Amino acid sequence: MSKIIELTLPSRIESVDESALLAEKVARDWGYADEFISSIDLAVRESVANAVKHGNKFDDDKHVEVAFAETSSGFEIKVRDFGEGFQVEEIPDPTNPENLLKVTGRGILFMRSFMDEVEWENNADGGMTVKMVKHKT
Amino acid sequence: MADINISERQAGDVTILDLDGKVTIGEGSVALRSAIRRLLGEGKNKILLNLGGVGYIDSSGIGELVSSFTAVNKEGGTLKLLNLTQKIQDLLAITKLLTVFDVFDSEADALSSFN
Repeated sequence: MSKIIELTLPSRIESVDESALLAEKVARDWGYADEFISSIDLAVRESVANAVKHGNKFDDDKHVEVAFAETSSGFEIKVRDFGEGFQVEEIPDPTNPENLLKVTGRGILFMRSFMDEVEWENNADGGMTVKMVKHKT
Repeated sequence: MADINISERQAGDVTILDLDGKVTIGEGSVALRSAIRRLLGEGKNKILLNLGGVGYIDSSGIGELVSSFTAVNKEGGTLKLLNLTQKIQDLLAITKLLTVFDVFDSEADALSSFN
């Protein structure tokens, strides 16, 4: 049976630290090593920051739902916002020479670099969910 | 406790900022931005960022390094990086920013490169 931890957070920057600290604790409790936890931590930070900033746009009336699960494929993270959604393929590649000096836009690159699976889903009842999995090695 | 402490040293006309803590979304990134703006306001535009004490950085922190680099360049100055941890080096490699920043492991080498 898979283990699941869920939390609901306000659309504030402090939620980034809160979710990452819990992710680290959960991953440690589930027996993962430091390097694995470091990847989980970064993916949680980037995805929750995106949900707070770009998804919910700091709207106090919207929250962020975060879930960590241990499944047969590995450590799974789900982060849901209640914003307007976006098309991930429309996000500019931050490694293109013309984008190198842009200040923002690297979070998704980090999520893809440190997790084995990353996919986005527009929810029928609003908002967007990003699901990420890091495989057990 | 603050996310980051930034202390300043002067080596000739180069200002060294020693960063200790996290450069992440929120306080850490804002503190770095404020420090760079203050230096530029004081006419100090040869800046060496010592990241040896930075245990953690996220995409917002990386963005702040880029913003600092651009702001210093606009003032006719130079910003270089010193003592990257392996993690920061990995993130700069992923983002291809190692091609943008001058990076040093030795403070002496970094200082002499400004001249």
